[in-house]
Amino acid sequence: MAIATGIETESAMEKNTIKDKAAIVGVGESKYYKRGGSPISEFGLACQAIINAAQDAGLKVTDIDGLCSFAMEQSEPSRLAGALGLPELNYCAMAWTGGGGVAAAVANAAAAVACGYAKYVAVFRALAQGQTFRFGQGTTGYGMAGLMGFTVPYGLTTPAQKIAMRVRRYMHEHNVTQDALAAVAMASYHHAQFNPRAVMYGRPLTREAYDQSRWIVEPFHLYDCCMENDGAAAVIVTTAERARDLKQKPAYIMAAAQGSDYRDIHDSGNVPDFSSANYKHLARHLYEMAGIEPKDVDVVQSYDHFSGGVVITLAEHGFCHPDELNQFCTLENLTWPNGKLPLNTAGGNLAECYVIGMQLVNEAARQIRGDSTCQVKDAEISMMISGSVTTPTSNLILHG
Amino acid sequence: MATSESAYYLPEVLPPAGPAPDGRDKEFWEALNRHKIVVQRCNACGNLQMEPEWLCHKCYSFDRGWQEVPGKGRIYSWVRIWHPIPPALKDSCPFLVVLVELADANGLRIVGNLLGDPNQEVQIGTPVEAVFEDHKQRNYTLLQWRQVK
Repeated sequence: MAIATGIETESAMEKNTIKDKAAIVGVGESKYYKRGGSPISEFGLACQAIINAAQDAGLKVTDIDGLCSFAMEQSEPSRLAGALGLPELNYCAMAWTGGGGVAAAVANAAAAVACGYAKYVAVFRALAQGQTFRFGQGTTGYGMAGLMGFTVPYGLTTPAQKIAMRVRRYMHEHNVTQDALAAVAMASYHHAQFNPRAVMYGRPLTREAYDQSRWIVEPFHLYDCCMENDGAAAVIVTTAERARDLKQKPAYIMAAAQGSDYRDIHDSGNVPDFSSANYKHLARHLYEMAGIEPKDVDVVQSYDHFSGGVVITLAEHGFCHPDELNQFCTLENLTWPNGKLPLNTAGGNLAECYVIGMQLVNEAARQIRGDSTCQVKDAEISMMISGSVTTPTSNLILHG
Repeated sequence: MATSESAYYLPEVLPPAGPAPDGRDKEFWEALNRHKIVVQRCNACGNLQMEPEWLCHKCYSFDRGWQEVPGKGRIYSWVRIWHPIPPALKDSCPFLVVLVELADANGLRIVGNLLGDPNQEVQIGTPVEAVFEDHKQRNYTLLQWRQVK
């Protein structure tokens, strides 16, 4: 990871870049279900996604020798390697944090293959919230950061509520209206109507239904909040050299970054830049590594656990000025096939499936391969952003 | 005599308030029990810091002091919660949670409930004053807020 330490020089960072050294060569999913709908366990879903990703890549499952995940994934690597009969497990790593760790898990895999620890790393996440625990039910114990005492006794317990607090402040500072949030939600639902995998396939969302839906926590309506699902998604990462000889068009990892802005402490009300999505320096690093600008990006998958976080995230990645979000975040601009910046083109966390954002990587790679159900014409640069108003966060750029 | 349930903004269905397991914010909670608000103040460099941590993030001194601040502030952000989590809060929704920027505390902030009508109009920047909500049977005090008339 090319996070500046202040000691490295610019040129040293350039030399150490992961740019174009690794690629996504296969994508796979389990079937996606409503919460509680899966006939098999969360672990079984993880295996299905990994097997499907290997087959998509034209590899044998037993070629996989590395496993990466994030967000306290519970299908741990020795059980997976055992269940899949992997002859050698040469690398396994978990990225810190929740949905902010998706791109970081891919970046860990890229680093592993580039450094020669492993040859083919499966990056995966499985989730069956009815079987384990439900994020939406909140945390009422002391978490890793141990700040629960300052929020939970006042009824501030869930991610939706805590993120709403930061989004509310941002909306105040930049005069962002509910229309911008609605556009993000409706873009996800629009794209899900073309994607038979999506849980909300066949269930379009009108603005009227959005407005009439109940509040979860102001300013988030029901449709501003992601679903709870059973499902799993996985990709296979290998070196750029090996990628060239495989079945699919490689989606090369052009840049990746993980981290956090100054004192952006989980659950803290004292984050200095409180009204942010926590990408200010991360986005800069990402573009610098890739050597591109926001205008070069053809399509974006941005972690949509809550629409309001996506709105801030788009501004922090330079797609528009924060004060122009109401003009930029319209259904027309954010939707395939004619929008300026097609967003969450498989339906996202809001309408495809909530696999804590892993499925967004699959879609970002599909856009490069050319086999998305909302395929952006001639897409060459595909961005995936994980987290948003969480900490740490991560992001990546793929290209063809 | 025990305080009646109706004296609380939210019923006692949430885990009790109080210090983190490692005790780094013990002095803050003890002060609340005395109806005082304190923030962490570094004895070495004077930096004010919240939420409490074992060391000063400016100078890394572990020599921590505590500074009392007035029970006044302004609403920095707010949410109105409609969906009950945990479900035992069903009859308490909607309710208001505010993030208050404390007066005379170098911009430090703290979360509390905004007392009064849960459907009241709330605006960022509104002055608020502290109300100490004693939970005597559970041995803690919550720091609540109400709009200054």
